[in-house]
Amino acid sequence: MTASTGTTPHRRAGGSFSGWVRKARPNGVVAGTVVLALLVLLPIGAVVASLFSSSGGSIGHLATTLLPELLLNTLGLIVFVGLGTAIVGTATAWLVSACRFPGSRMLQWLLLLPLAMPAYIIGYAYTDFLLFAGPLQTALRDMTGWTRDDYWFPEVHSLWGVSLMLVLVLYPYVYFLARNAFLEQSRGLLDVARTLGRGPWRVFFTVALPMARPAIAAGLALALMEALADFGTVQYFGVQTFTTAIYRTWFGMGDRVGAAQLASALLMFVFLLVTLEQWSRSRQAFHDTSRRQTKPMPVRLRGWRAALAIIACTLPVLLGFVLPVLILFRLHLDGGDELLGPRFLSYASNSFLLAGTSAVLITACAVLTGYCLRSRSVVAGPLVRLATLGYAIPGTVVAVGVLIPLGVFDNWLDAQMQSRFGLSTGLLFSGTMLALLYAYLVRFLAVANGAIETGFKRIPPHIDDVARTLGRTRRQVITQVHLPLLNRSMLMSAAIVFVDVLKELPATLIVRPFNFDTLAVRVYQLASDERLEQAATGSLVIVAIALVPIILLTRVADSSARAEPGLQP
Amino acid sequence: MSAINLNRRHLLAAGAASAGLLAAPSILRAASEINLYSSRHYDTDETFYTNFTKLTGIGINRIEAKAEELIERMKAEGANSPADVFITVDAGNIERANVDGLLQPVTSDTLTKAIPAHLRHPDGSWFGFSKRARVIIVAKDRMKPEDVPTYESLADEKVKGKLLIRSSGNIYNQSLMGSIIAADGAEQAEAWARGIVANMARAPKGGDTDQIKAVAAGEGDVAVANSYYLGRLIVSDNAEDREIASKVQIVFPNQNGRGTHVNISGGGVARHAKNVEGAVKFLEYLVSDEAQMLFASGNVEYPVVEGVKLPAPLDTFGNFKEDTLDAQKYAALNAEAVQIMDRAGWK
Repeated sequence: MTASTGTTPHRRAGGSFSGWVRKARPNGVVAGTVVLALLVLLPIGAVVASLFSSSGGSIGHLATTLLPELLLNTLGLIVFVGLGTAIVGTATAWLVSACRFPGSRMLQWLLLLPLAMPAYIIGYAYTDFLLFAGPLQTALRDMTGWTRDDYWFPEVHSLWGVSLMLVLVLYPYVYFLARNAFLEQSRGLLDVARTLGRGPWRVFFTVALPMARPAIAAGLALALMEALADFGTVQYFGVQTFTTAIYRTWFGMGDRVGAAQLASALLMFVFLLVTLEQWSRSRQAFHDTSRRQTKPMPVRLRGWRAALAIIACTLPVLLGFVLPVLILFRLHLDGGDELLGPRFLSYASNSFLLAGTSAVLITACAVLTGYCLRSRSVVAGPLVRLATLGYAIPGTVVAVGVLIPLGVFDNWLDAQMQSRFGLSTGLLFSGTMLALLYAYLVRFLAVANGAIETGFKRIPPHIDDVARTLGRTRRQVITQVHLPLLNRSMLMSAAIVFVDVLKELPATLIVRPFNFDTLAVRVYQLASDERLEQAATGSLVIVAIALVPIILLTRVADSSARAEPGLQP
Repeated sequence: MSAINLNRRHLLAAGAASAGLLAAPSILRAASEINLYSSRHYDTDETFYTNFTKLTGIGINRIEAKAEELIERMKAEGANSPADVFITVDAGNIERANVDGLLQPVTSDTLTKAIPAHLRHPDGSWFGFSKRARVIIVAKDRMKPEDVPTYESLADEKVKGKLLIRSSGNIYNQSLMGSIIAADGAEQAEAWARGIVANMARAPKGGDTDQIKAVAAGEGDVAVANSYYLGRLIVSDNAEDREIASKVQIVFPNQNGRGTHVNISGGGVARHAKNVEGAVKFLEYLVSDEAQMLFASGNVEYPVVEGVKLPAPLDTFGNFKEDTLDAQKYAALNAEAVQIMDRAGWK
């Protein structure tokens, strides 16, 4: 391991012509990334820009009525979801990567399953099950003859309830990044720590955990941003947060400027949080240089320790996946979607097409952004950081933000073409699949970037130097050295973007072309019409499709973990 | 090297081709079509669309989303917006679209004759096509309809701890609140909202169906919901749903006064519609006997046209007196309604 201060590649580019040529190429990468980051920032900017028009004054109203409550709720959400996902994600990742106990191999991928479960769907499933009028409490009353005032039952529709739901579906973000980090940690290093007399707990806290911290932080940031952007679940649970306030201000009171003010405040807050985290570990950088000895040597757990580990790792899977799927299945049997059949095939293929295309596209973009962050590009770096904050913005706001610049551009182009050639182009991009892909890029670049950036971090910088010494251009370094090493990270990024797009709702709903329904849209339509039994069918299909990339991902991850994880030629 | 170049050229060509496919421009659309932006999303509505196309030869393209978001989309699309018809499930949003300049007035004798004046915009900017009554639901064994004869009575002391009603974020509650402001004045309305909050059996949550289910299960004794949610439970294939419906009774409030508050599902012709003629034809089709019947049988909504025979279960609900306050009036009070509910602590 070496602590690196990070060498900037630009520093060594000479003033000679050949040096200039060499420099020009990766600058193409930088320029491309700058354009990309600006494109992603454009919709957010479009919303924030309306700050400068006159406000409807609903902020003042908000300040005197709801503000204390929604600040408290939002903070509560951050704390609960943050702690919850960090603890569950890191603990399970450590257990399955550093220990062996019955079922641990299978649990490695089972723990990813809740990723397939959209937060709003798990919310519907649990509330329907646990409500006063739901099957559980009804059975309880039938059995005991109790009425409302005779017993106490935890209130699902609460900050606790919604935080729990979000932890259950968001912990995999922390889990998969942390597990990767743990798997790639030098076993030799951990052994040295053990030889020096550290117990396993202290090794975990003093060596493994600090080394995995960037990965955990990246996962945590994703989980928190998604929690902050969530509207469907908090709304359904009746918990008022910043996001619901944005909706209320915008749509209930018709005050777009007020909504933009709230959205900007949210963005500032996230920016602060991310900056703080980065600043707090700015002096640390871990690059594993001893991959050759990283044969995993897990600790074998027995007896009660094994039992505890099994419980700790199965509980998130049971609560975050198995139980909700069973509840949904019960709902499906009770009612079920009448359109199950050929219509569903078209929903599914639309979903699949969108998810697949975006997975490839957004991952490719993330390689660009990841490279610029790695090379500490002065221009592109900060822009990329800013661009990835958009993940915390509620989907509807992003979607409207996408519609605005596209509409402006389309109408401008149309006017130009009409005045010059007497030809109307109408709306060229608005309401097309391209617009939709653009919206997904804006929403999910952060997720892909998180996976790729942590992948880049594990490639020691001196490898770049060696390749350069051997006469490779920077571009060749990317294509011949980085990309092969990033294989796993790219797969991971693609899989997660795929699942996210599959589940995505607000942007799909508003930006999509005519007569274009996806599974998520279908589920939304039924659920918003309070037909949960019918919505269960589509939800189950979403979960089933989302399983495909997740299983694929774990297969690949497992096979490469079993093989020598060193640098293959 | 040439192989690489070839590949790259192929890639570019493939990329351009797929971009072209993905960005199929809206100018390619046929003249005998109308484009619908709708926040209705009921499967039973499909019969409308297929029947209309059969009848007129005009095809229908649809985008279904929340009204608020469709409004934003139409704003962003500007003069080139492909929307011909905009449809909502409430008066508040259709009026907002109108105020935002997204609709155009049309004159149609068919529409003005068929639809009562209070259920359409005076200029013909939008029209109501079905009614949804906001009714009171009581538990048969625990409460009598006489105990809660009016919306106002829901704020009475005797309902304390018994009332189930959903969040103030819901547009149906916002519209109801608007109608109460119009009837009783803002001050009274705020006092009423405080009374409602004080009487709640629990913090607001879930949808209208959840409130009805909660009454049946005994979480509270009285709820507020749109009539069709109860109607659906009555005609449900699921025996559990029918049992829930059998435990509750519908009360049409304010029968001795201004009448029961009704919301509408409304529609209008988009400001920049390219096919105004087709759009008007579609709106006119919606007031035909066939379509009005479909509103009633499909989603259990009340027809707006007089004299349409009510199918089950609407016929069992009986006739009721409706509040004839202009839908446009309570819709215009929406923002004030939200602010009052916020002040009253109605979550």
